[in-house]
Amino acid sequence: MNHNLLVITLFLVLGLALPIAAFTLSRFLRPDIPSVEKRLNYESGLAPQEGSWVQFHVRYYLFALLFVIFDVETAFLYPWAVVYDSLRSSMGLMILGEMVLFLFFLVLGLVYAWKKKVLEWK
Amino acid sequence: MDWLFYIIGPILLLGIMLGFVTYAILFERKVIGWIQNRPGPNQVGPWGVFQTVADIFKLLTKEDIVPERADQTLFKIAPIITFVPAFLVLAVIPFTDRIRFADLAVGLLYYMAISSITTMGILVGSWSGNNKYALLGGMRSAAQMISYEIPLVMSVIGVVMSAHTLNLTKIVAAQNEVWFIFPQLIGFVVFLIASIAELNRTPFDLPEAESELVAGYHVEYTGFRFAFFMLTEYAYIFAMASLTTILFLGGWQAPFGWTFLPPLIWFILKFAVIVFLLFWLRGTLPRLRTDQLMEFAWKVLLPLALFNIFLTAVLKEVPWIQTFYR
Repeated sequence: MNHNLLVITLFLVLGLALPIAAFTLSRFLRPDIPSVEKRLNYESGLAPQEGSWVQFHVRYYLFALLFVIFDVETAFLYPWAVVYDSLRSSMGLMILGEMVLFLFFLVLGLVYAWKKKVLEWK
Repeated sequence: MDWLFYIIGPILLLGIMLGFVTYAILFERKVIGWIQNRPGPNQVGPWGVFQTVADIFKLLTKEDIVPERADQTLFKIAPIITFVPAFLVLAVIPFTDRIRFADLAVGLLYYMAISSITTMGILVGSWSGNNKYALLGGMRSAAQMISYEIPLVMSVIGVVMSAHTLNLTKIVAAQNEVWFIFPQLIGFVVFLIASIAELNRTPFDLPEAESELVAGYHVEYTGFRFAFFMLTEYAYIFAMASLTTILFLGGWQAPFGWTFLPPLIWFILKFAVIVFLLFWLRGTLPRLRTDQLMEFAWKVLLPLALFNIFLTAVLKEVPWIQTFYR
């Protein structure tokens, strides 16, 4: 197996081990005296009103959608950027033209969202 | 002996990271103290050197309170989900040409992909506590982190176009003539701003706006679970300052051929400059408003990052200037 993957696995194991070890250690050191009042949710000192698992504002969803669109775009941009120079010499400026065309349509979408005031945070 | 390095190395790195976090917190408080014309922590030990250590022990002995109405399992594992990626990203960071652990061909992509898992941990932690302040803070945090991630990943495409690789070691090697901060100045500025926002630091620390949201996504957390959220934040400063050094400041390469200092020292010096810059900004700039924050990412940084890609491609065609871009 590739040693890089083994090293990353070791980092994963260590990353998991530290919090688990720390939580276990603190279990022996900390007091544990639960009471009803302690286990209430914090709400400025008053008794909490209802839960907080409710419907949420739609604007977060709109930004999440925009994020997905542009994140997929970066997934295309990265390999393009890596091979840019080798393709530049074999197929000329077409390589730039294609990406500019692709970006143009995405930017068009961004401008549309901008004009529709999706990017406004109210 | 190689395998010994790969086993001892990560353990040492974990220790170094924890040491860095301990003293970065002290240093930050000192720097902000000096900026505000006060001494900063100076009671625990000479010059306050044991202040953070004392804080850690205090947190270690604090009761672990889980709210009655919280989602018990998710509430307990959220700090772990948040912390693990912060350490995982360090696997691909090359500190010098010999001190590096995983030499992935897609190192940069790996960093970006893994670091975004942390958003998930923050969201889980804020939602599972069933607290309104925490939920608001977590939602804001997630919205901010995904918005700034786009300019962050796009600003480095100019670097990738000049280095022809995603491997971080080779990106540093590509900078032995000129550091990428000079040809990629726009990319660097966008990257720096977006990375501060990704780190949730002032002036982009809205998720933790203590004056309106109490403390943000970790309101309900106590003791060591809370400590792990703070640890993650500073672990990311370690990772992000390293990444900035590698991408734009030439990594371990000595400037002007001043090789009288070993490569690791050069790396640490550049790294320290970035860390100090982050603390300095925190002491200087006021917090942004939420609407300004979101609009800045989409209306200013994203077009700038896209423009930088186009500019890099165009400058590659200009005679003489093109030598700096390949």
